[in-house]
Amino acid sequence: MASRATLDSPVKQIQIEGLVVLKMIKHYQEEGQGTEVVQGVLLGLVVEDRLEITNCFPFPQHTEDDADFDEVQYQMEMMRSLRHVNIDHLHVGWYQSTYYGSFVSRALLDSQFSYQHAIEESVVLIYDPIKTAQGSLSLKAYRLTPKLMEICKEKDFSAEGLKKAMIGFEHMFEEVPIVIKNSHLINVLMWELEEKSTVADKHELLNLSSSNHLEKSLQLLMDRVDDMSQDIVKYNTYSRNLSKQQQQKHQYTQRRQQENAQRQTRGEPPLPEEDISKMFKPPQPPPRMDTLLIAGQINNYCQNVKEFTSQNLGKLFLAEALQGHNS
Amino acid sequence: MAVHGPVVKIHPVVLASIADSYERRNEGASRVIGTLLGTVDKHSVEVTNCFSVPHNESEDEVAVDMEFAKNMYELHKKVSPTEVIIGWYATGFDITEHSVLIHEYYSREAVNPIHLTVDTALQSNKMNIRAYISAQMGVPGKTVGVMFTPLTVKYIYYDTERIGVGLLQRTRDAPNRAKGLTSDLCQVGGAATRVQDMLTTVLAYIEEVLSGKVQADNSVGRFLTDLVSKVPKISAEDFESMLNSNINDLLMVTYLANLTQAQIALNEKLVIL
Repeated sequence: MASRATLDSPVKQIQIEGLVVLKMIKHYQEEGQGTEVVQGVLLGLVVEDRLEITNCFPFPQHTEDDADFDEVQYQMEMMRSLRHVNIDHLHVGWYQSTYYGSFVSRALLDSQFSYQHAIEESVVLIYDPIKTAQGSLSLKAYRLTPKLMEICKEKDFSAEGLKKAMIGFEHMFEEVPIVIKNSHLINVLMWELEEKSTVADKHELLNLSSSNHLEKSLQLLMDRVDDMSQDIVKYNTYSRNLSKQQQQKHQYTQRRQQENAQRQTRGEPPLPEEDISKMFKPPQPPPRMDTLLIAGQINNYCQNVKEFTSQNLGKLFLAEALQGHNS
Repeated sequence: MAVHGPVVKIHPVVLASIADSYERRNEGASRVIGTLLGTVDKHSVEVTNCFSVPHNESEDEVAVDMEFAKNMYELHKKVSPTEVIIGWYATGFDITEHSVLIHEYYSREAVNPIHLTVDTALQSNKMNIRAYISAQMGVPGKTVGVMFTPLTVKYIYYDTERIGVGLLQRTRDAPNRAKGLTSDLCQVGGAATRVQDMLTTVLAYIEEVLSGKVQADNSVGRFLTDLVSKVPKISAEDFESMLNSNINDLLMVTYLANLTQAQIALNEKLVIL
């Protein structure tokens, strides 16, 4: 079923059915409020180097009472039931909504790793409802790069591990292009809807107000940068402690040697060589994975902000042209 | 004929689901049925979700997997506890006798269920989407029958849904029915082109009226004056200053974003050293 294709990426393109898009939109609209994320499972199949996503179903929110038991059983039951009605029941990924683009987190990494480990071609679809409400559907598909997969497998998140793999924040996730494809019947449905529905286009895309969105994005960016600087301070103190400790060790061994030399000259037995490493406990190196994630998140925010500003610049010039005509 | 009963408001996701389950039906099945979920208001019923239920239909009998329907409903309730069973749907043009039986079952699940038919076989060159509610008829005391009275059907969208549907509608025009998602400035360009098209149509109409080909319509004229007066009259310097300050803000933010990105890239390289 799944084709073991080239090693760099078994999935070159994602093909989504309109139904999945609508279902995701509806799920967020009804169940997601504010900063809570909504999640769900994607179903479909793999065709050559394309991943076709043909259906999806939502996950219930994490309740306080019981989490795990519900989830696995819910999933199993859903998939069994869907098999009865001939819906593809092959698990190919999951989707999540995001708040202003903040989705690069440890939880996402872990989930995507377990998915990708079990199913080679799985992806995570990030749906941004706020950006969509501004005028155009914002849907992105991500996979973990093979490098990151290696690291997660080793569970080696220390600085040396990451240095060995030469991984930077740009190499964490790779984006896969998305294509939306509809069957003929759905196309007929679209024509029907166009005829029957009287909802006019609201043109939110050409909306000029930008400060609100920019403020929130920048606020999130500042928070992340704060986190990052805290991390950097931690790392600096760690390396300073480490070097201090090295010096101390060095001094200690020197003193020991001196003393031993003195004692030898005086004819006394040398002092036992004490285990140095036990005396000077090396400080714990801070985990670098979080820093990597934060860097990736900051990068994402910056990208979003830049996209947004470029759009707004275009709109401002449009407005200028319109004004220019009149005056 | 007077239409009594609630107005049925359907979300596009329901119709897409129904069309999809019709395409995936078993061999030999001529139609598909399923449950409709949603919320009930005083005068309207809003259909927000649905799932298909396996069933077997032959000349004389019909068998519907009720266990399955109940199970599915429980699962769906976990995700959206506000949705209740409000009726059922069937693909196909007509209402058959079997529909009455199925409808009776659903009356046990929900108060006054809605029956929705979607003509996926396109019998009349259109996909007829109709909703019905059952009403008793006949002489009381003697044979009582059930009549399905039609209801008005409206389509409602959430804002984000409308944008999603808009994107889907654009896939109709693509030759292989596939369309990628555009990015930032292209979208603004696309929206601007659309507005431009609309303006051209309006201008063409005005030309025709001026040259006397078409009778001038007062209401259209009122809309046109509205349109023209919507562009605010601001003095040139004021507009210039507003425009410049806005552009400055945006440029500053872009600069900061670029700076931050360069900073973290540098940090990466230094750490790896």
